[in-house]
Amino acid sequence: MNPLPGYLLVAALLFAIGLAGALTRRNAILVLIGIELMLNAANLNLIAFWRYGPHPEALTGFLFAIFSIAVAAAEAAVGLGLVISIHRHLRTTDIDAMNRMKG
Amino acid sequence: MTPVFCIVALFTLAGGLAAVTLKNTVHCALALTVALAGLALFFLRLDAQFVGFAQILIYIGAVAILVVFAILLTRSSEPEASGGIVSSRWLAGVIIAAAVFAVLGWAILRSAPALAHESAAPAVTVHQIGTALMGRYVLPLEIVALLLTSALIGAVIVAMHENGSAK
Repeated sequence: MNPLPGYLLVAALLFAIGLAGALTRRNAILVLIGIELMLNAANLNLIAFWRYGPHPEALTGFLFAIFSIAVAAAEAAVGLGLVISIHRHLRTTDIDAMNRMKG
Repeated sequence: MTPVFCIVALFTLAGGLAAVTLKNTVHCALALTVALAGLALFFLRLDAQFVGFAQILIYIGAVAILVVFAILLTRSSEPEASGGIVSSRWLAGVIIAAAVFAVLGWAILRSAPALAHESAAPAVTVHQIGTALMGRYVLPLEIVALLLTSALIGAVIVAMHENGSAK
């Protein structure tokens, strides 16, 4: 039995869970957690396709996943910095209450 | 579908689901850590040891701690009981996520017979990864270095106190 569709289905389900979290939660940090889940689901796809693809020795998907992890780490740092900054201005992390961009 | 795969998948998905549904935000961060650990196990099972351990170091070691710190720093004045934890249009979000999963799942199941078949486990050494990073992928590596530096400076500037306010 081919194991690749199993990994892809798990990744798709994790992506959908992350998307639902990012779209429905009111706390800005929980939205960022949802985005992290979506990025990690994409990484699982990259690694699964690399492992079962025709040329695993080329390391293409492998290195793409490493770069993706680095970019996601930068995104998390900046995103959480923004949340802390917004909390200092508005005293809330509720994204329904963040309805103006002027500081 | 080996039993190990099913157990790890169950852990990862339960962690992910708990991370976006629990009420207490600290519990959400801990559930996120469980999901990230499950993904690291998936990477190890897929013979990508380097990515698996990088995942543990970066996500469980750094990003999860960062999330917990952000939660604790912004928790003080939480107006807890003003309309629940989900936004007013949560049903639309759930429907969109379910539709996305339906499309992805349909595409995967339809293309399952055509997908690549099991091949011999590739032996990836750190030497090979280093050679690839310094050879073919040197430009993306430099760009990531630049991005991480600017993200570091940007995060500090954004979260820093301005003159006159607070302090």
